[in-house]
Amino acid sequence: MFLTVTLSLLEGFLGTLELFALTLILALPLGLLICFGSMSVSALIKYPVKFIIWVIRGTPLMLQLIIIYYGPGIFLGNNVWGSGDTGRFLAALTAFVINYACYFSEIYRGGIQSIPVGQYEAGKVLGMTDRQIFFKVVLLQVIKRIVPPMSNEIITLVKDTSLARVIAVYEIIWNGQAFIKSAGIIWPLFYTGVFYLVFSGLLTWLFGLIEKKLSYFR
Amino acid sequence: MSILEVKNLSKKFENTEVLNDINFTMEEGETVSIIGSSGSGKTTLLRCLNFLETPDTGIISVKGDVLLDSDDPSTLSENNIRHKRQHFGLVFQQFNLFPQYTALENIMLAPRLKGESSEAEIRERALKLLDLMGLSDRSENYPHQLSGGQQQRVAIARALALQPDILCFDEPTSALDPELTGEVLKVIKRLAMKKTTMIIVTHEMAFARDVSDQILFMDSGIILERGTPDKVFGNPENERTKQFVQAI
Repeated sequence: MFLTVTLSLLEGFLGTLELFALTLILALPLGLLICFGSMSVSALIKYPVKFIIWVIRGTPLMLQLIIIYYGPGIFLGNNVWGSGDTGRFLAALTAFVINYACYFSEIYRGGIQSIPVGQYEAGKVLGMTDRQIFFKVVLLQVIKRIVPPMSNEIITLVKDTSLARVIAVYEIIWNGQAFIKSAGIIWPLFYTGVFYLVFSGLLTWLFGLIEKKLSYFR
Repeated sequence: MSILEVKNLSKKFENTEVLNDINFTMEEGETVSIIGSSGSGKTTLLRCLNFLETPDTGIISVKGDVLLDSDDPSTLSENNIRHKRQHFGLVFQQFNLFPQYTALENIMLAPRLKGESSEAEIRERALKLLDLMGLSDRSENYPHQLSGGQQQRVAIARALALQPDILCFDEPTSALDPELTGEVLKVIKRLAMKKTTMIIVTHEMAFARDVSDQILFMDSGIILERGTPDKVFGNPENERTKQFVQAI
């Protein structure tokens, strides 16, 4: 039984990992785009972007999942996601990417704005272009500063993937819960915690490594 | 021909007149010190020369070339400015070294990005500059491993690496304790003896008197008195200058 459960949970955990990895890959760059939007000099870009960030950060992710999955069908009369597993997964992925990109954008913004203006001025008087200043002077300093808040957010994402269950996306908790009905046992659900723990432990170690790697300067 | 000519330079921040019709010239190889109380406009003048601020009116010419003319918008475009600011080098009060690069890399970064010389040439020149600053043994250190005085000397070398016509210092020792101030002033004095053209904004009066060819005394946005150190410190004409000089 233990082996059956472990295999089933492992399969569910693959779903979790897939959602986690794809969200990260898409939300990291999208967050940078949103960040630049929220810092734009043009009010026409800046305020709409800030409004979106407010809405996304101001409402529960679970609600966003439900609205993104059911919304198109209800409001547009067209369920763009289709009815299969893939459609549900894509809807969940979309919700996660938008939600996390908004959080990431605020972390990026904090990082960029924490760089002293003197760094930019030093680059300017040395004849560098704005691009050169961003990539050669500012970027690595920003990365160093945002690693701790980003690791926090990314570890939260590992656990947030369990929310995808509300629109019936298979992930580890879904599989764990299934044993309550099928075999009348609840311990597989508790057992899922081990998977989360091991994975977030791995991530913690990885981020520790990155922090250490960047500790050669201050 | 004067190496630098500043004409009718004025600058307002909202309603405060920070610079009011500044005029002066300096010759190649000269060291000019700008003194005056805080808020007199010294730093703003230096920042205008380095295009970190745009003056409201005025003309800045180097070697007869008009770099900035408030009446000619083409001189104000961002791309033009980037090239022209290379006539000037600036050493900041807070050093502003790039923390992720070693002392040597800090000096080499801008010449590398400019891409006009070979890596070997850039490296050789950077090492020579470090040696001139007395920091040969510090080339592989990161800024946080250096004292304030050492950081400032690296910053001076970094500014010199682009071979500016005029090297500007914005209160280069104000962030240093007295012990470290000496080593930085010594380096600047060495540059003055080598006839480096320099403008120094400073509160180190004894140093300014010792090292300068010309002193500008600024007060509320105007150059109140201008002349040799002996004249400005020893025999000032203006009442306000007398007060300031006596207070030292």
